[in-house]
Amino acid sequence: MADYTIKVRRFQPESGEGPYWEQFDVDLEPSLSVLDALLQAKDRDDGSLAVRCSCRAAICGSCGMKINGQSGLGCKTQIGEAQELANKKAAAVGGESSGNVVVIEPMGNMPVIKDLVTDMESTHWTKIRRVTPWLLPHGEPPEREYVVEPESMIDITQSMACIQCGACVSSCLSMEADPEFIGPAALAKAYRFVGDPRDAETHERLHDLAEDPHGIYDCTHCFSCIDACPKGVAPMDQIMRLRRLAGEEGIEDPNSGHDHEIAFVKIIEKKGTLDESLLLQESFAPGLKGKLKPSKRAIKEMLGSLPTAIRGIKTGKMRSLPKLIPGVHHKLPDGAQDEVKAIYEHAEEHNVEFNLYIKGEEGDEEAAIEEGLEPDPADLVQTPAAEEATDA
Amino acid sequence: MPSHDVLVIGAGLAGQRAALAAAEQGVSVGIISKVHPVRSHSNAAQGGINAALNPGDSWESHAFDTIKGSDYLGDQDAIEIMTREAPDEILHLEHLGVTFHRNEEGKLGTRAFGGASAARTYYVADITGQAIMHVLYEQLMKYSEEVTRYEEWFSTALAMDENGECCGVVTRNVADGSMELFRAKAVILACGGNGQVWKPTTNALICTGDGIAMAYRVGAKLMDMEMIQYHPTTLAGKGFLITEGARGEGAHLLNKNGERFMEKYAPNKMELASRDVVSRAEQTEINEGRGFADGTVALDITVVPKKRVHEALREIVLVGRDFAGVDITREPIHIKPGNHYTMGGVKTDVDGRTDIPGLYSAGETACVSVHGGNRLGANSLLDTLIFGKRSGVDAANRAKHIDGSKPSSKVLEDEEAMIADINSRAKGAGRRVSEIKLELGETMDGKVAVFRDEAGIQEALETVRRLKEEAKTAYIDDHGSVFNQDLLGAIELGYMLDNAECTCVAALERKESRGAQYRTDFPERNDEEWLKHIDLEQTDDGPEISYSEVTITQWQPEARTY
Repeated sequence: MADYTIKVRRFQPESGEGPYWEQFDVDLEPSLSVLDALLQAKDRDDGSLAVRCSCRAAICGSCGMKINGQSGLGCKTQIGEAQELANKKAAAVGGESSGNVVVIEPMGNMPVIKDLVTDMESTHWTKIRRVTPWLLPHGEPPEREYVVEPESMIDITQSMACIQCGACVSSCLSMEADPEFIGPAALAKAYRFVGDPRDAETHERLHDLAEDPHGIYDCTHCFSCIDACPKGVAPMDQIMRLRRLAGEEGIEDPNSGHDHEIAFVKIIEKKGTLDESLLLQESFAPGLKGKLKPSKRAIKEMLGSLPTAIRGIKTGKMRSLPKLIPGVHHKLPDGAQDEVKAIYEHAEEHNVEFNLYIKGEEGDEEAAIEEGLEPDPADLVQTPAAEEATDA
Repeated sequence: MPSHDVLVIGAGLAGQRAALAAAEQGVSVGIISKVHPVRSHSNAAQGGINAALNPGDSWESHAFDTIKGSDYLGDQDAIEIMTREAPDEILHLEHLGVTFHRNEEGKLGTRAFGGASAARTYYVADITGQAIMHVLYEQLMKYSEEVTRYEEWFSTALAMDENGECCGVVTRNVADGSMELFRAKAVILACGGNGQVWKPTTNALICTGDGIAMAYRVGAKLMDMEMIQYHPTTLAGKGFLITEGARGEGAHLLNKNGERFMEKYAPNKMELASRDVVSRAEQTEINEGRGFADGTVALDITVVPKKRVHEALREIVLVGRDFAGVDITREPIHIKPGNHYTMGGVKTDVDGRTDIPGLYSAGETACVSVHGGNRLGANSLLDTLIFGKRSGVDAANRAKHIDGSKPSSKVLEDEEAMIADINSRAKGAGRRVSEIKLELGETMDGKVAVFRDEAGIQEALETVRRLKEEAKTAYIDDHGSVFNQDLLGAIELGYMLDNAECTCVAALERKESRGAQYRTDFPERNDEEWLKHIDLEQTDDGPEISYSEVTITQWQPEARTY
């Protein structure tokens, strides 16, 4: 047993008071969870402490909360680890490295009902329903099962692993800026249908999600949802897959993100490092090799980007003006460019997108190789993303 | 007064399936759940769902395995229905969008499971229950016009009319504390099991036997309440489940000397014998000093190829890592038998009908009985779906043919008074609700578990009856309306105590060993006297015992070896 102090952001809606902090002393094994700590405080000290919980084992998705500012599940976060993190955080800002409290708050991006209980219906579930979250097959079902590639089912199992806990929504920075953003959980759910070969509305779904101004292009690629997700769903990865599929469908990305991505890949393949003078024109008017073939839209966008470029130079994000002049970009030393090419060739030969259900957690791969159990490449998923990379 | 033709209480697999089936019949349906439907405990079913769908397999084989697994206490007519309808149900789920594992040909693939003579378990990695339940919830969202969802509404009592028919339910809206009397022509109880009566348990905190207790309190019969499954592979302490799928994929059970002890107990099926058999074997090893110091034996998953673990057992890699600090791909994990499943419950026929007209039950709340003395792994999901569907259809048909009574407001007033009473108890005047729950859980796990005897069960029963008295004065801290979980906890305690009392009474009554009921003072199965169900009915003096026949169609009881 060890003693911990948890500091809970409380809100009692019937008190007429605003939110407040309250500390509880608990004693439990370090391997027990933050939820166990809350339940102990509730059982011993104050039964009015409200927290949704059920399974205690990270499968029901009830106990989404922020622990030391990080969104996750109370039942999946060990109290000992939460304490260490609290200590590290305090030390980072020059405080004591011990004797700190574990800070527990309700999830973000949602209204609070009481204490740690948030209104998921008005945010999370409304967004889930936004993506038409049911299978839309073509015509009558077959007599037996739909026959599909085995890998396709394993592929979407990663988004099926979502338990709708809302931790990703809580952590989403884009949603903080744009509350109407469909968001990581709902878009991961959308991929579960877009990626499902039994669904007949892939095209319509992609158009819908891409053309909504709060849709797939609203994600800023910040990785917060991947960090927050307790189930390895990696919502941002699912959003990126939707974007790639939308690009393949020829759907115009209002931010030119798809072309931008291709431009990055191509410029580095050619030059070894990023030639920023080519990036904009290449994103808007692919042609490369220094030859400008700008479209009207490209000119407009490039002019519009000037203030950003100037700010970039002023703040040191871009080091100098010559960087914007085509042809000035320095070349890699002898042989280095060949090594870059070799990396590209290797990537193209091995272009598979690893799915969690195939490769396991980080680090497992080496272990598998060690034991001679490296997955047979034939068993791996050839995702649309991989094919796209080949085309590029 | 909100009114529906069919009202389903509980929104796990049985409840959701019942609601969808009833709606398909064209009646108005409401589904009430004390938690958001996707939080329901069907999520936790990891391993899979059984069906004889392969050309080489047969429903008869599935039925026989189930009957043998039940130690011949299962009703064979119900088991025949379940196993015959299983293949179509799997295909139905597949068509709705469940991402079942495929074989190399892209067709549905299977894994092996305990107590089964063929590999007939269909699965989605080790999140089968979750995958099916989320797909059914997708359908509920799709059919939101046809099925009204009352998410986070807590049911406190069934409403009965003058003719003794069920005509509604009293519920509390958790969000604002308002009490509502719902009217219905048929009510289906699908509230899950009662695992929280034991501590530890694999069950979620919500599994407090609500449906069983609500039915019992209005006079419905309960059946086989002594039959409580202890799952062979749970983590010590917290009681978390390690799926039987692990053994299905080839994992071994080892004692502290590294011996594969199942050789002694089930030389043919080894680790894949029935759960009661494996749990007893483990407990024997532990009791005889061949377990580890923490009262466990080991489950060795390292013998399963890594690639297969990642693809098919990912959830338990996480459980091992996050909750036991063990990498199951590299080292064995310590496990022990732990409370897992309520085979007994509200006595129903094969269409979910209880003794009370208008009252139905399905899933773990109900006892049809298809599981008898011991449920086979991967038969629980099947039970929820088949009998959820059947009760939904039958309830809808009933609703089409009757006008239904309007429930009297008295039941609502009674429930409001019950809540006012709980709120009026002074702090410190009695015990805390949480203290009573803890004592109950530890008592039941200590005395009414894998091995039982008269003295122990009697002791447990006395404790339960004392706790029932203490619960009458147990106090809570929260007297508010909004999300008052403290109050709900006090009501749940009442449900749990009714469940516990019934289990003790039935376990004391059955003087033989069959399935999950192993009496050290009556170690043999005794078909002559005890091949029958124990039924319980509420009276002022506690549960009254009666018996009912076990339905036998074509499989006569035989000695049970694995």
